Amino acid sequence: MRNSETVILKMKHVCKVYGRNRAEAEKMMRDGADKAEVYRKTGCTVALWDINLEIPRGKIFVIIGLSGSGKSTAIRCINRLTEPTGGQIIYNGRDVNEMNAQELLMLRRHNMSMVFQSFGLMSHRNILENVAYGLEVKGVPKEEREEQALKYIAMVGLEGLEQQSCDQLSGGMKQRVGIARALTSESEILLMDEPFSALDPLVRRDMQFELLKIQHKLKKTIVFITHDVDEAFKMGDTVCIMKGGKVIQVGTPEELMVNPATPYVSRFLDTADKTKVMTVSNIMITPSSMVRISDSIDWALREMRKNNLSSVVVIDNDMRLCGFLNIHEALQARKDRKSILGSLTTDVRTVSPDALVSEVIPMASTANLPIAVVDEYNTLLGLVTKSTILASM
Amino acid sequence: MNWFFEFPKWFDIDAEIIDRAVRNFAVFASGPLNAVKTGLNAMVNFINLILDHIPWPLLILLVVFLGWRSGKKLRHGIVYGTLLFLIGAAGLWPLMNVTLSVVLASVFWALLLGVPIGILMSGSDRANNVMRPILDTMQTMPVFVYLIPALLLFGTGNASGVIATVIYAIVPVIRLTSLGIRQVDKEVVEAAVSFGSTRWQTLKKVQIPQAMPTIMTGVNQTLMMAMAMVVTTSMIGVRGLGMEVLNAVNRIEIGRGLIAGTSVVILAVILDRLAQSVTPDQNKQDSEDGGTE
Repeated sequence: MRNSETVILKMKHVCKVYGRNRAEAEKMMRDGADKAEVYRKTGCTVALWDINLEIPRGKIFVIIGLSGSGKSTAIRCINRLTEPTGGQIIYNGRDVNEMNAQELLMLRRHNMSMVFQSFGLMSHRNILENVAYGLEVKGVPKEEREEQALKYIAMVGLEGLEQQSCDQLSGGMKQRVGIARALTSESEILLMDEPFSALDPLVRRDMQFELLKIQHKLKKTIVFITHDVDEAFKMGDTVCIMKGGKVIQVGTPEELMVNPATPYVSRFLDTADKTKVMTVSNIMITPSSMVRISDSIDWALREMRKNNLSSVVVIDNDMRLCGFLNIHEALQARKDRKSILGSLTTDVRTVSPDALVSEVIPMASTANLPIAVVDEYNTLLGLVTKSTILASM
Repeated sequence: MNWFFEFPKWFDIDAEIIDRAVRNFAVFASGPLNAVKTGLNAMVNFINLILDHIPWPLLILLVVFLGWRSGKKLRHGIVYGTLLFLIGAAGLWPLMNVTLSVVLASVFWALLLGVPIGILMSGSDRANNVMRPILDTMQTMPVFVYLIPALLLFGTGNASGVIATVIYAIVPVIRLTSLGIRQVDKEVVEAAVSFGSTRWQTLKKVQIPQAMPTIMTGVNQTLMMAMAMVVTTSMIGVRGLGMEVLNAVNRIEIGRGLIAGTSVVILAVILDRLAQSVTPDQNKQDSEDGGTE
């Protein structure tokens, strides 16, 4: 369990059910009925059911799902743009769901800001006025709010454009304004509802990079909604998969890839480029045979023959990597009566187990020998060959 | 089988009861009714007084200038000014001022009541459901049907005219205000709310400015409909260009009717164009005030 210091926001049993006959629908859901059945029998739409999430402080928490999975409803429940019909949203020890109108207003003004899919810019205001909006409703004097707005306009790279009308901007620029507007409130939590989904792929990549850069500087807590698996894995420290108003699985991108909770998760993740998520430790193989540096050449040759190998990895007594022994070298060494040490190939490529598979690909494509996976003490952990990489993709 | 073809009359509606009720109400509420009447008359007379004290060349120059600014072409201003000059040249200047003061007073009240009602309807489905049949009735009920009660309650003259005009002309500004606010992009409103705007701030800083083009279309429509009532209200004793037309019709004086009628049209066109020019240019609007809730 994560300790409470690092969890900034908790959703406990959050539900959202639309329709008149809610009590009946909730009872059916508790008894394990599915969404479609509940809709048929009660006419109620279950948008969210029993959402339990812990959102870590200072990290990007991505919620991913197809349309209709309830991800947008979930993020809107956090600042109650959508009123949940049940459950608790615990922030700073307070239940957001219980807050009165005034407290909710304060929460929205000081603690949470939001970025929208189609930007939500006010076309009757110029960029500066849009960005300063959050401070304006707080009652911050004009001078002060504009000064702060300008700071964040510069941060998103729109310096000098602050007097421009929002209509003239491209999609990417509009979302920069949206992000600057959310940052200007200097709130702890940033809610981003598919912020880059309306942008074309190239611009989207730029914006992802830009956001990661800003996040590196500001260390906000970001709840980020997307339907794009690659984006989720690129942005997310933690990723949550939703389907039909329920949370299916929460974990780091790698955890999801390696241990998908359901076939749905693995099918969903199939579209992602796994090599950018998986680390070498997930795909490395334990060598079928190893030879100690102190062994005799004959022993080494027998091992190779037995396992049908053209080369074998050589280690010392502490499992530290020494190098590879090639079968030709070994045969030559037997003729010349040399030891293993003398005929060892030592320019072996090594990687750490935490390296991403995608980083190893160029290395593997030029190497003749397997790549050795070693820890910081050069202890051999496993091997990566071309075929294991291919199998992982 | 006779009953099958002749619709059976099941009950009599005693129309006289309604007549009596209205009359009794007129007596019962004569105090407030008189106050309203006096107030409206005073207002119309006041506007008329101001208009009469503007030298005619000044008014024409003002129209030329405004026409120039709105159309970005001097030509437009000159055309409007010339047309206005023609009304005066036909000897109808004082009548035009009377008509204008009734119309302006009516539009003032229509907007003062209509815009808030429209805002209310945009925010509440219940208000919307209650108001829609009322608005439909106001638009389709023949004007003469409520001219008579207006006459009974407020007597002949400008007050009745203003009230009848407001009832007739208020509908578009209500409908279009409500429509305009409802059509504001949902995410823009959500954005305003998510930054902690109060309902009033959302309305004032986002919804109304965003809906402004539609609201101004409603204002324009209201103005035009108020002009359309000029001749009708002359039947309950409102003087001005409308009365001139009515008299001409009664006496079958085609020429006189045509001149007065044309003057009404000219006035309407000028008002329409000038009203359109007031529509705020969205991009140039400033939000000057800040720290208020």
